[in-house]
Amino acid sequence: MQKLLEQSLDWVDARYPVKKVWDEHLAKYYAPKNFNFLYYFGSLALVILVIQIVSGIFLTMHYKPDANMAFASVEYIMRDVEWGWLIRYMHSTGASFFFIVVYMHMYRGLIYGSYRGPRELLWIVGMVIFVTLMAEAFMGYLLPWGNMSYWGAQVIISLFGAIPFIGDWLAEFIRGDFVIADATLNRFFALHVAALPLVLVGLVFAHLVALHKVGSNNPDGIEIKQNKGPDGIPVDGIPFHPYYTVKDIMATVFFLILFAAVMFFVPELGGWFLEHDNFMPANVLQTPPEIVPLWYFTPYYSILRATTTDMIYVLYGVTVAMAILTVISVKDIRAKGATVVVAAVVLVALNILQPKLWGVILMGSSLMVFFGLPWLDRSPVKSIRYRGWMFKTALTIFIVSFFVLGFLGTQPATGLNTRIAMVGTVLYFLFFLLMPWYTTFDKTKPLPERVTE
Amino acid sequence: MSDDGVNHTRRRLIGLTAGMGAVGGAFVAWPFLASWVPSARAKAAGAPVEINISKLEPGQMLSVEWRGQPAWILNRTPEMLDKLPGMVDLIVDPDSLESIQPDYAKNKTRSIKEQYLVLIGICTHLGCVPLTKLKPGLAEGMEADWRGGFFCPCHGSKFDLAGRVYKNVPAPTNLVVPPYHFATDTLIVVGVDPSMSIHGAEGAKNMNKKMKENLSGSKG
Ligand code: HEM
Ligand code: FES
Repeated sequence: MQKLLEQSLDWVDARYPVKKVWDEHLAKYYAPKNFNFLYYFGSLALVILVIQIVSGIFLTMHYKPDANMAFASVEYIMRDVEWGWLIRYMHSTGASFFFIVVYMHMYRGLIYGSYRGPRELLWIVGMVIFVTLMAEAFMGYLLPWGNMSYWGAQVIISLFGAIPFIGDWLAEFIRGDFVIADATLNRFFALHVAALPLVLVGLVFAHLVALHKVGSNNPDGIEIKQNKGPDGIPVDGIPFHPYYTVKDIMATVFFLILFAAVMFFVPELGGWFLEHDNFMPANVLQTPPEIVPLWYFTPYYSILRATTTDMIYVLYGVTVAMAILTVISVKDIRAKGATVVVAAVVLVALNILQPKLWGVILMGSSLMVFFGLPWLDRSPVKSIRYRGWMFKTALTIFIVSFFVLGFLGTQPATGLNTRIAMVGTVLYFLFFLLMPWYTTFDKTKPLPERVTE
Repeated sequence: MSDDGVNHTRRRLIGLTAGMGAVGGAFVAWPFLASWVPSARAKAAGAPVEINISKLEPGQMLSVEWRGQPAWILNRTPEMLDKLPGMVDLIVDPDSLESIQPDYAKNKTRSIKEQYLVLIGICTHLGCVPLTKLKPGLAEGMEADWRGGFFCPCHGSKFDLAGRVYKNVPAPTNLVVPPYHFATDTLIVVGVDPSMSIHGAEGAKNMNKKMKENLSGSKG
């Protein structure tokens, strides 16, 4: 028996590089030995990607992408399809958990400097995954054709209308109609179940290829490949299999327990995972009393809402201050000139473009700035463990602003809330804009030779 | 890079082939992209709607669906109309210069007949349906200095009783006035300009153009 198995494996291996791939990516892939809790979230993201794809395929078997039938077909899944409720709750709970996991994954990258060289591309692919994931979630949210689905999509697609000249045409192009309609639902369905999942899987593959080319970072932020033993193996590395496969399986078990608890007992999580206004069918004549996106979009939504006429004055101030700071700091006369020109262009644009468009620009930028992290960070060390008080303070302020913005995004945009959101927005951006300075002046601790336990 | 051993003819042919490929690719992409614009069916939908206003008392409002959007008709009381001139300081575009409305509604009351306000009930910010808060003051949960109008719950835009947008809210322009006319004293037709109802075919062509403009919402 054993012999037969071995022979079959050899037969396959002569035609397909099974052992080579196994060794290169698992049994002889050396990962730093000091991974901690935060390093589980990458493999958990893979687990949840599979959950979403499988539960999604089964939902597709009962769902109808038609404006007249969509809402009823979801109710049918919930009430009449055997175990349909479970499949649907698995998918809706999965969406929120996907974002929890990915946010943790990104937070890990942020505090340990995993975005720094040589992992810039890994980080960029990760960010593209994140943006794609947001698009995937947004389109999926339209499908139940509830009132919140409808008006949420209306608001977000209208954002494109703010772009000068082509905006109105573009919004119409995306909707395929003059308003959100059957055409919109039908195409979002195609994108949500076929196009974007394929893109996501492709991107995740590219993410892992990039990861295995450069190797994982670790909580100490030092490169284990710079310290190899006589056998050419990093002294601080351990084979991914079996050491980390076992740990990842354990993490998956704990994760699935938590997942099941939410899915079975509190699938709506008090309106945070499934919104109450979405239990009413889309009504073209009536907006829900409050348009609130699901929690994972609320920080960006807050930034959008905070951008009113008053915010433009704040932006003038920030632009001028940043320009002065840059001109003082850079030595090269051409760089100084370029800064002045860029600042002047921004100031003119602030004058002529509407606040509505700036809201869209700021919201887009709040994601785009993440792409710049590898180049904004000037610190000689990567990990927060060896950074000084400036980075730690900046990071704390950023995280607090992120949560405050996220919370405000779920609340009515009253006067005071908008003011706080404005402050939060400025602090959010300053984390990135000021990074070249505070990471340069920050006092760092000396790096260890070897990873610490 | 040195030129040694480079076969320039082949290079050129490779370039040419790639170029032709790109052109072919663009031709193939076109039908797919074009399939996204509103279909003939979507464009055809949207016949004008007729609204009987004989029962619409002063101070009352009606909402009907026109082209998948809410069209509002508000019968304004004299008190409501009296307030309009006094609003000017609070309003971004009191004369509706930047806003979208047919020329015959580009006036102080934004209407054909002073009393009847006809609007598309879609916020010019990001397209929610504003709530109707006609009563001034605290009566409808607004602030004490509220003068009556519309309030968009999505991001807090406010509009007065002529659909004009307040300063310092996210919506940039006044609510859109659709093309409409009075077929009789008590019958409003939304979707058809007064001139079109007279000029027949010529007017209908004009109407399609106008409607598209109005529908595509606020301009940049
Ligand atoms: C579908 C979503 C994603 C999946 C399935 C995924 C998967 C993974 C896996 C399996 C790893 C290795 C394990 C680990 O280090 O935790 C990893 C590493 C990494 N990912 Fe992701 N990822 C996803 C999204 C993202 C996003 C949104 C970002 C950030 C923009 C990102 C940035 C990174 C970075 C920087 C690393 C290396 C971390 C280090 O070595 O310290 N990933 N990813
Ligand atoms: S959609 Fe009305 S304020 Fe944003």
